[in-house]
Amino acid sequence: MDDFSAILAGIFSSGTFNEMLRRATPVALAAIGGSLTEHAGIMNIGMDGMILMGAFFGVFGSYLFASAWGGVGLVLLMGLLVGLFFALFVVKFRSDEFIIGCALNTFALGLTTYLSRAVFGTSGAKGFPSLPTVNIPLLDKLPFLGAVLNGHSLFVYVTWLLVFVLWVFIYKTPYGFWLRASGEKPETLRTAGIEPEKMKWLASVLCGVLCALAGAHLSLGYLNGTFAENMSNSRGYIAFACVIFGAANPARAYLAALMFGFFDAIGLRLQDYVSSDLTGIIPYAITIIMMVYVVVNAQRRRRHAAQQRLSRRAPH
Amino acid sequence: MQENAVEFRHISMEFPGVLANDDVSLDIRKGEVFALVGENGAGKTTLMNILYGINEPTNGEVYIRGQKVERFTPKNAIAMGVGMVHQHFMLVPSFTVAQNIVMSREPRKMGVLFDNRAAEAAAQKLVEEYGLVVEPAAVVREIGVGLQQRVEILKTLYRGADILILDEPTAVLTPQETDELFAVIRRVVKELGMTVIIITHKLYEVMAISDRVGVMRKGRLIGVENTCDVDEKKLASMMVGRPVLYDKLEKTGEAGAEQIRVEDLTVCDDRGLVAVDGLSLSVRAGEVLGIAAIEGNGQSELLEAITGMRRVERGTVEVCGQNVTGRTAGEIRRVGLAHIPEDRLATGVSAVSSVTDNLLMGKQREKSFSGFAFHQRRSSIERYAEETYERFDIRSAGVDTAVGSMSGGNMQKVVVAREFSFDSPVLIIAQPTRGVDVGAIEFIHTRIIEKRNAGCAVLLCSADLDEVFRLSDRIITMYEGRITGEFRASDITKEEIGWYMTGHREGKEAAAK
Repeated sequence: MDDFSAILAGIFSSGTFNEMLRRATPVALAAIGGSLTEHAGIMNIGMDGMILMGAFFGVFGSYLFASAWGGVGLVLLMGLLVGLFFALFVVKFRSDEFIIGCALNTFALGLTTYLSRAVFGTSGAKGFPSLPTVNIPLLDKLPFLGAVLNGHSLFVYVTWLLVFVLWVFIYKTPYGFWLRASGEKPETLRTAGIEPEKMKWLASVLCGVLCALAGAHLSLGYLNGTFAENMSNSRGYIAFACVIFGAANPARAYLAALMFGFFDAIGLRLQDYVSSDLTGIIPYAITIIMMVYVVVNAQRRRRHAAQQRLSRRAPH
Repeated sequence: MQENAVEFRHISMEFPGVLANDDVSLDIRKGEVFALVGENGAGKTTLMNILYGINEPTNGEVYIRGQKVERFTPKNAIAMGVGMVHQHFMLVPSFTVAQNIVMSREPRKMGVLFDNRAAEAAAQKLVEEYGLVVEPAAVVREIGVGLQQRVEILKTLYRGADILILDEPTAVLTPQETDELFAVIRRVVKELGMTVIIITHKLYEVMAISDRVGVMRKGRLIGVENTCDVDEKKLASMMVGRPVLYDKLEKTGEAGAEQIRVEDLTVCDDRGLVAVDGLSLSVRAGEVLGIAAIEGNGQSELLEAITGMRRVERGTVEVCGQNVTGRTAGEIRRVGLAHIPEDRLATGVSAVSSVTDNLLMGKQREKSFSGFAFHQRRSSIERYAEETYERFDIRSAGVDTAVGSMSGGNMQKVVVAREFSFDSPVLIIAQPTRGVDVGAIEFIHTRIIEKRNAGCAVLLCSADLDEVFRLSDRIITMYEGRITGEFRASDITKEEIGWYMTGHREGKEAAAK
């Protein structure tokens, strides 16, 4: 019994929640980017490749300029290019977005692996300048929250800001209305005199940048200036699941990412007691459960609406 | 001299392989209602899409209020005061009425934020100004098509249009809604001096609303007339290029035994909502039962349930005296049912296959067409196809033509030919002449009545009320998945039917008020 409560205490410690935030952030950054493309009517399966590119070029820039900020600058540029590349094929040439997404993932894996070996050798890239952690002075005074919220890489806090900004953008500005119209009914926008393609380009490019930032957080913030082959490790797909789970609402997608981060962090804690192969499954199993929930919930809501419609009517 | 609102000068529009507009020159006067009529594919919509800047003409020039159009974009057309209500509404379903109306010219606060309150106020102001009543805060997905059309018109008015194009505006409206729309058109023309161009193929509407009428055929403008100088017959022959005789269809014989029986049927639509709600009906041999309903009131789901294409939630379906509830489409067909589905491209034909293969569908295993295992008797198949092709007057480059490359009318004839050759005692027919030219309509109607006279039980569903009246012996009206009235076709008028189609059970009394 004591063992059990010790495990529980370990799981629900401030450390777990601190870890949750750290692990959720790359997924969350990609997910809010994916929310944009989702609203623009693009099924973006290529986020994993975008993250991987960001992760590599973050470390590469950090190595090149001997500064983490140089790395971030390079990442922003590469994210922009990857987004443009994606939009070129998907929006301009109207290729199948699923195929392009898969191609992007494969291409990113090949390119980053090749470049990493060419530049850093087979042992990988380690110990380059990484992003500083932030300590908010007053937060330290708070007992539990201080330990959870403080001491993260800057990106954790930037993400909070971005979630809010993008939420306002999507739901509270005319541009957000255009973005959503471009996905839901593009002809409407065209007949109103606005090219829906413009909104799709914008969404793709912003998504590219946000995913690249997710990668930069992974390599420069989360792992202190380290790049490992295939280090995105399917986070792009998890992010896509978060987009669907959150109905492309950045705030809800962020919450979904937090949930993913939480179970990922728990998996880490449980490694002391269970094989790490098993705990590694947890986030992916959670993703599947999340998707099942989305489908079941949608069905339930439909049935509920049907019931209501029936009961509102007079009997035969 | 009266200024022209729009002048088309030698407009030609070429799409790959198709000349949609062929040297069209047309003036539309300021402050008139101009009707543009023609069969499907005559180039009416293409011409209007050029005016609205969606298409750039291959040749020719357009002048709006004497000013030459330099750039063909919707943005430019809107700036020049042109508004268009498309046949398929250009509304975002998840947005509110107000959000749709202000799209692209949103009121803002603090420079970048969407001002929803101002948008709703602007929408409300338009509603009051023009008497087009609709709730600005309502979500478009949840309002009916009649209201959606009002939103479309309000949208063009919000953008300051004074030349209004309406593309087949009455296709989805009840007779009452059509009257309301026409009242609005008359008002904006009279009080605001707007110019209205209305595309339609319903000739009595041309007579009712327009000042002048232009007839198009095969991309060409055949003629422009003052409406008061022509009648429907003249317009019809101009449209088709030969005199059209609407012969009275000869209905003979008495109704016989019950062939379709539906009891307390409940069916859900694709979203899981109840679409058909405890409905019962029966059709007898030698009788046409017509369903009159506005699109989306469960009639499609009803026919799909009867033909075995949709799950029955509750109740029973009997065809030829056999209970077929829950059986597959193939099994029900073998009991004795043939089906002309409403969407011929999705479920009526295989567009990539030849006419022969489409005619053969469902008959591949018949003794005369197939031998052992996969052996097909090509010669008898070809003979059968040629013969059917002739008999149903299908016009294309021959029986080997891919059906997808044929016109709507000929494609529909392929479906009719196949389904009518099964000799099934029960026929389920949905939208038999949607998108079909006038000549083919006449042909298809005659074939349907032949089947009826030969003792078939026919269940007909059509969005075209005239068609329902012309073919049916009995008519039922459906509203929200239920039957709201049942009549002998000879005992009721179109106007009365309209009330029942909108759920007013006491149609006559309501109409009287």
